[in-house]
Amino acid sequence: MRAADALCEALKAEGVEHVFGIPGGANLPTYDALYDAELIHIQARHEQCAGHAAEGYAKASGRVGVAMATSGPGATNLVTPIADAMMDSVPTVFVTGQVRTDLIGTDGFQEADVTGITLPVVKHSLLVTDPRQIPDYVHEAFHIASTGRPGPVLIDVPQDLSRADIEYMPIEGTPELPGYKPPTEGNIKQIRIAAKALANARRPVIYGGGGIVNANASEEFREFCASDKLPVTLTVMGLGAFPAPHEQWLGMLGMHGTRTANYAMDEADLIVCVGARFDDRITGKLAEFAPRAKFVHIDVDPAEISKNVPAHIPIVGDAKDVLPKLTREYRALKTDSERLDDWWKRIREWQTTYPLRYEDSRDSEIKPQFMIEAMYEATGGDAIITSDVGQHQMWAAQYYHFNQPRRWLNSGGLGTMGFGLPAAIGAKVARPDDTVVCLAGDGSLVMVCQEFATAAFHNIPVKVFLMNNGHFGMVRQWQELFWEERYKSVEMGPSPDWPRLAEAFGWTGMQCADKSELRDAMQTALETDGPVLLDVHVTKDENCYPMIPAGAAARDMVG
Amino acid sequence: MGEPGTQDVVRLEDLEASRQLTGRKHILSLLVENKPGVLARIAGLFSRRGFNIDTLAVGPTEDPDVSRITLTLDGAVHPIDQVTKQLHKLVNVIKIRDMEPDGTVAREMALFRVNAAVESRAEIMQFAEIYDAKIVDVSRRSLTIEVTGAQEKIDSFERMIRPHGLIEMARTGEVAISKSRPEH
Repeated sequence: MRAADALCEALKAEGVEHVFGIPGGANLPTYDALYDAELIHIQARHEQCAGHAAEGYAKASGRVGVAMATSGPGATNLVTPIADAMMDSVPTVFVTGQVRTDLIGTDGFQEADVTGITLPVVKHSLLVTDPRQIPDYVHEAFHIASTGRPGPVLIDVPQDLSRADIEYMPIEGTPELPGYKPPTEGNIKQIRIAAKALANARRPVIYGGGGIVNANASEEFREFCASDKLPVTLTVMGLGAFPAPHEQWLGMLGMHGTRTANYAMDEADLIVCVGARFDDRITGKLAEFAPRAKFVHIDVDPAEISKNVPAHIPIVGDAKDVLPKLTREYRALKTDSERLDDWWKRIREWQTTYPLRYEDSRDSEIKPQFMIEAMYEATGGDAIITSDVGQHQMWAAQYYHFNQPRRWLNSGGLGTMGFGLPAAIGAKVARPDDTVVCLAGDGSLVMVCQEFATAAFHNIPVKVFLMNNGHFGMVRQWQELFWEERYKSVEMGPSPDWPRLAEAFGWTGMQCADKSELRDAMQTALETDGPVLLDVHVTKDENCYPMIPAGAAARDMVG
Repeated sequence: MGEPGTQDVVRLEDLEASRQLTGRKHILSLLVENKPGVLARIAGLFSRRGFNIDTLAVGPTEDPDVSRITLTLDGAVHPIDQVTKQLHKLVNVIKIRDMEPDGTVAREMALFRVNAAVESRAEIMQFAEIYDAKIVDVSRRSLTIEVTGAQEKIDSFERMIRPHGLIEMARTGEVAISKSRPEH
């Protein structure tokens, strides 16, 4: 069998149904194989977006997302989604074409050392040097991408090798990788110590992150938090792992988190971190982060433990394994939940004094926060929401109360503008029965608007709700607050006529600039067949609050 | 405290986080798959995480599929624990040993080319003898000397020989092996 056909067979053997990509010279054999293979290929309009679509697919479904590109510029265009998948631990496999082996190293046409370029941003990469490696490499790639802490794996296939003839045998079982043994079970002694420490805590906070979502451990997390009604906060990546409207819910923490969550971290005596990594957007000024707290840190990646914040009780393991054990051990201690009464009283005071709030307009102007609330109502809080990066992302995190995991897909770690539309396309392919809404920023959407063609061509009925404030809003906010209002290159200038632009690609285009019409407009957009763009004109200079200024401590939140 | 459900307590004030810096030199011995690009992965990891390698030596092992990389690092500057955990994440890294100073034999080889005018030649050769070093090349103006030993011995030889006019020096970086049990 031709190696390229074996590649497709190997992908199918891993359960792949959909592949996102763009053909080119060096991966022509693979695309020739796709002609016959029973794989659905979604033809993106830019490789970066093929990659983000694969990420959206993976985040929405928990399955490995696959993207393909040709050599050289095709492959380098994948660098952003690969780095994005690395930062957010998204299980993905990227298959790139490479120039013929006799051209490698000669600066051949469309040659780029993509294996070298991506080394710092892959979980692993495999450069095919013998066509017979292909089935094994595909199997290894899926195993590595999807186990332990998930991440991107690159397979680079030289053009001539993918045309070679090989014998194909499906590969089964766990691949033999002497240097790859991801931990699964947490150490029970450590878990017991953690349970006992928690039993002694008077001001505990449970701080969860995207690791819970990746481990499909939201149920186990909720059950653990239900013990003694522990206070819960989540990172932007963790939203949905705990149902947002809930008596134990403090709101998101971090730079644009609630005052309640950040103050609780600041005063906590014990913080149990589950699948999060003490990112600088969480800790603010590291030296003053949670100064009174001891830390239990549960993570499947041992290198995360004590990387930024030294852990007092480290537990290396999969949240799905560790959390039920921790719950059992903790409940066996028959603790007195009343010991937390004073703590809850303090938390309720903060919640009353510092609720999330904004000043609504008195006229027809649409405030961005109002737009998120309208979106929440229009979708019944039940849609898969993708977002770009910036103010709209933070407002969505604050005001769209995610109550299920895998419903909030955004670029948290790398902060990639333009993530939303391609991720929505990927998510809709993965979960065609769910409503998928991309909450876009106008600065971001213009970076990827060629993907309107992808959705139209494949008839992928995503809805884009564009929060149009005519600016790179978050950068504008920083220039206002920290750079003496010296606004530079943050205005979008003459905005495209978004509805007409979308219509030019075969979408339905809509516009709304009146608060009283917004909910109806959203409803209409959701009920209209096919892909729809709703351009929503919002306040141009609204700031996203509250906020921990960069480098400041949590208790010094502003706004 | 290991028993489930027992009431013995873990007091929060007694909890301590593990120490980050050890303050001494560490020798890390890595067994890695003998595949293209493995060294680039390790070097890249060090540079992007801001870890500084003092010495690095790469060579084969008794198993042709496995290479050994010996690294020395300053534990006063780097949290060695974090370094080894990051290295472990590389799929091609099979095993890492943070060599115990007492249970380890570590050796480095160095070549020195030294000015050796006729009047100082005898003295240099005497130093060489004391350090169990070998004269491997002789010319009219210089001597080339091979020294093997622990890093400190080579440092010391360098200090002795430098006043005579050190023209060039090449050092391999330490390789190390544990004294008793074999690794695989």
